[in-house]
Amino acid sequence: MVDLKVNLLGEVLDNPVIPASGTFGYGYEFAELYDINILGTFSFKGTTKDSRFGNPTPRIAECYSGMINAVGLQNPGVEKVIEEELPKLAKCFSKKVMANVSGFSIEDYAYTCEKLDKCEQVGWLEVNISCPNVHGGGMSFGTSPEAAAEVTRAVKAVTTKPVIIKLSPNVTDIVAIAKACEEAGADGISLINTLLGMRIDLKTRKPVIANTMGGFSGKAIFPVAVRMVYQVAQAVNIPVIGIGGVSSAEDVIEMMLAGATAVQVGAANLVDPYACRDIINDLPKVMEKYGIESLESIIGGLR
Amino acid sequence: MKQSFFEIIENIEIAPNVMRMKLEGDTSAITRPGQFVNIKLDGFFLRRPISVNDCEDNILTIIYKVVGKGTEVMKEMKDGKLDILTGLGNGYDIEKAGDAPLLIGGGAGVPPMYMLAKKLIENGAEPSVILGFNKAEEVFYEEEFEALGVPVTVTTVDGSYGVKGFVTDAMKNMEYTYFFTCGPEPMLKAIDGVANTSGQLSFEERMGCGFGACMGCSCETKYGTKRICKDGPVLEREEIIW
Repeated sequence: MVDLKVNLLGEVLDNPVIPASGTFGYGYEFAELYDINILGTFSFKGTTKDSRFGNPTPRIAECYSGMINAVGLQNPGVEKVIEEELPKLAKCFSKKVMANVSGFSIEDYAYTCEKLDKCEQVGWLEVNISCPNVHGGGMSFGTSPEAAAEVTRAVKAVTTKPVIIKLSPNVTDIVAIAKACEEAGADGISLINTLLGMRIDLKTRKPVIANTMGGFSGKAIFPVAVRMVYQVAQAVNIPVIGIGGVSSAEDVIEMMLAGATAVQVGAANLVDPYACRDIINDLPKVMEKYGIESLESIIGGLR
Repeated sequence: MKQSFFEIIENIEIAPNVMRMKLEGDTSAITRPGQFVNIKLDGFFLRRPISVNDCEDNILTIIYKVVGKGTEVMKEMKDGKLDILTGLGNGYDIEKAGDAPLLIGGGAGVPPMYMLAKKLIENGAEPSVILGFNKAEEVFYEEEFEALGVPVTVTTVDGSYGVKGFVTDAMKNMEYTYFFTCGPEPMLKAIDGVANTSGQLSFEERMGCGFGACMGCSCETKYGTKRICKDGPVLEREEIIW
């Protein structure tokens, strides 16, 4: 009998598989397809202080082994999330959910986190300082160690829940930013968000995405993610959640060997709505194949 | 929504670069005309959303225009199985049709009108249909609609077949209780400009997932933000913000 459990900042997850923010809505679409209580947890759609429509369409572009999105943090705003989305989620998900938060100012982040801090259902706050799709917004906080630390401190001051800072790969030195967040009190780090990308339509000679650029995700970014997870996990003493192109049980194990305590699955959910269920079902046999008895025992187990 | 494998049993060209594919599999999730399916293709990341042309006895029929690399690959398929998500989108609500609804399909928007016409007839309505194309060689499915006993008007922009002009030119002299349409957005907007009843319009947008998770295809309506893939693709005339 293999053991899939991992401890994520005081909460034991049945397995390390977590659908990533922005690919799983507020959960209930997927609950129509399978019992989402089989998940470790999931990170809900990036939520901001006020409601946002997001960017103009087209927001999506096909890429080799991946996709670009420029949704732009479409969400109903934190009040509506608490009043409407979380009660709906409670009907189909009995575990703690990871609340993903974005903002356009330090005050925004603090406001939204303070609201979500009061929600029993929320187990962790995942603070997105890395969305590439909002101008003058979240991204700027994720590209400098000082700003990242400032957001971390502001959020920590308003919550007792574990705070996980989600980092952008679109930086020169991700390790410096991770360390700054750790020093500012972050309880965990999740990485990577999407890589800034662009496609051009040869017929129209225009960008495929209305916003010109967007976030590149999917299988193609997996090696970049593994590398960055490895670098950050080497440098910090807080748990790291590995994100980026994960689409199989083998990928989960590879991320964990690189140093991830838990693993998020993003774009794979959009292509195959059963991706997380299948990964969880596949994990025991893949663990047996590689002689792994407990997933917790392989975290950072790279030789 | 259901994910299942379908066997390709037909894939033929019915007009230049317009293909009809028949697939056998579990069609139980397809409950309304105007819904679409999302097809996984080897070598591509995102699925290809394609409207349902017909669905009966576990045979799914789709008609697709070859417009890009994905549909070019599909065009060459002779047999084999495809991983398909079915039952996507809201589809048309036929209960609002009245006795004599008008169906207007433009180009690649013609296919969903076929299943819609069948369902309306089953429901006791007497639909008429306008099929709009650019020129004579593009025309398809006129006979299939006629075989349903539906009055068909074909329009071509260059006048090489049927009524010369746009679908809206053909609409002018018609009486109808309601309208249903699918086609390029300029056509939908033109129809909205001349129609004298309520109606439902099916929209296209570049999609990520096709089932409401990614917010890739959102639009603003008078009834709030909607996802074309999940809350659409069919919108009511009254809610549309042009």
